[in-house]
Amino acid sequence: MSETLVLLIKIVVVLAWFLVLALLLTWVERKQSAVMQDRIGANRARIFGLRMFGLFQPFADAIKMIFKEDFVPPFADKVLHTLAPFVSFFFVAVAVTTIPFGPTVRIGGTAIDLQVYDGSAGLLFLLAMLSLGVYGILLSGWSSRNRWGLIGGMRGAAQLISYEVGLGLSLVGLIMVYPSLRLSEIVAHQGALFLGFLPRWGVFLQPLGFLVFFITAIAETKRVPFDLPEGESEIIGFYAEYGGLKWGLFMLTDFMEIIVVAALATTLFFGGWQMPWLGPDGLNWPWGGHWKMASWVVVCLQIVSFQVKVAFFCWLQILIRWTYPRIRYDQLMDLGWKLLVPLGLLNILGTGLIMSLK
Amino acid sequence: MTADVIFCVLAVVSVGAAAAMIVSKNQGHNALFLVLCFSALGGIFGLLGAPFAAAVQILVYAGAIMVLFIFVVMMVDPRAGIPPERRRRAKLLGVGMGVVLLFELGVAAWGWLGKTASPVPPAGGPAGTPIAVGRLLFSEYVYPFEITSVLILAALVGAVVLGKKEESEP
Amino acid sequence: MTLALVFLIFGLLGAVMVSMNALLGPKKTNPVKEQPFECGSPPLQKGIPGFVIKFPLVVFLFVLFDIEVAFLFPWALIFREMKGPAFLILLAYAAVLAAGFVYAWRKGAFRWD
Repeated sequence: MSETLVLLIKIVVVLAWFLVLALLLTWVERKQSAVMQDRIGANRARIFGLRMFGLFQPFADAIKMIFKEDFVPPFADKVLHTLAPFVSFFFVAVAVTTIPFGPTVRIGGTAIDLQVYDGSAGLLFLLAMLSLGVYGILLSGWSSRNRWGLIGGMRGAAQLISYEVGLGLSLVGLIMVYPSLRLSEIVAHQGALFLGFLPRWGVFLQPLGFLVFFITAIAETKRVPFDLPEGESEIIGFYAEYGGLKWGLFMLTDFMEIIVVAALATTLFFGGWQMPWLGPDGLNWPWGGHWKMASWVVVCLQIVSFQVKVAFFCWLQILIRWTYPRIRYDQLMDLGWKLLVPLGLLNILGTGLIMSLK
Repeated sequence: MTADVIFCVLAVVSVGAAAAMIVSKNQGHNALFLVLCFSALGGIFGLLGAPFAAAVQILVYAGAIMVLFIFVVMMVDPRAGIPPERRRRAKLLGVGMGVVLLFELGVAAWGWLGKTASPVPPAGGPAGTPIAVGRLLFSEYVYPFEITSVLILAALVGAVVLGKKEESEP
Repeated sequence: MTLALVFLIFGLLGAVMVSMNALLGPKKTNPVKEQPFECGSPPLQKGIPGFVIKFPLVVFLFVLFDIEVAFLFPWALIFREMKGPAFLILLAYAAVLAAGFVYAWRKGAFRWD
């Protein structure tokens, strides 16, 4: 029974972390864009005169959206119209449960993995869930019976599936280096050092793989430079006929995808919760020195290390979103099929060649 | 105990979705029920201790092949029906395919029922893990694996020829 | 078991979020609101005209390459155990598929004008 209780607590904590971080990212996005464009950004929301740089803005937005009208257009497919935001939210949310947040912790004699689901095909499960996310877009575009919605849905689905091939290919090289589909084992493999000082992180062993992964993953979040399904300045996109919290769910999905991509980049290519040179008993400096630490300090440091890396990648994606202009549709498909897919294959062949010669 | 409950739920969902797919008139709903059916089947594979098959079932069937179906459905105008002479042809073809399928199923069931107590590997064993599948696929079944590449190539050529033909017509 | 619980909890949360507007929001409608959204102007024609796009070919290619990627994952897992032979197996496999990829490219399957 206590096992189920622990699992329940883990799920709730991960869910809370996920949703709060997604809400905070909406604020970060507004503030970041404001800084980059020399504006002030959201700063009005306050509780009892406490402004906190507008940090309450996302919560005010959420409350506003909850009390909006539930409007389903009379010409739309009612059931699918309601189902689409649910599907969009659900599969991204489920994907995050495979991410390891920290090492195995011992509390009162029981070992607890700081990870909700650690299946032997964990990475494939995650990819499968992300691939099902395409239905959210397809359904919203199709069930709205609105031409802009339909165009957005088609564009979105074609973009997502095109980049999914590149995403899958870029990860094959990584699996060759760390032979496991268990995300916890992939992270464990990245704890060792090579050349005496560099941690064995995926980004050092698979630089080309990381490049392909990151570009395809950003394209999967369908934000500027890859926001053609949405195109907020022209076709509105697949959620043209949505409002209120249902629209909010699509927006939330966007930010949740940012977090999943950041967490995945951290876990696969940047050592996950591993901190460079930090062993289970303290810091081992590569130039030969040793700082002894209590095990709980080490665990805390590792959890913080994961959070810092995820925060960095979230911020990096927002920076990219506000730096680059949208690319044209043919450029988008060319980039996906003619550059990233061959590069991904090349990465696999190169990795195979080097590893079989060694 | 819990596994039995989950299995019952998944079995009911997959069979129900398959039945609903046949009954439903709306093409979009048909395709979506099939997605649900495939996903529930993936869940059953996972429950039987074959996580790799489960993930691939969802990744390829629900996440790729059904997207193609829905794409085609989306492009068909929902109000335009099939012309009557083609409908009769479709019916004939459907009956023929149904008979063939029934025959195949019968043969398969006959062969399976003839055996006594087929050895089912214990659930949760190492048989279905990705690495076990890999070992088997690249030792015993390496020739079939290589031949799938030719199969995929043939499908690819067919798709390109068909797709390009449709495009050249105005 | 873990996943069943995860699906249950996340599904419940999603269902609550989707139905929240219906429970808490106002319900007022008018004929203008019920028109399809067309950037503010009244719609010129009813419904959606059937239009031909070249997406289906892309989706076809995606299905085929997705199957290929699904095969590559178990290959990558056992690559360490087999090394040389595994590399040759993939080389033969990838050569056939690369031929298909080049064919599709030459035939203009990746041309979007």
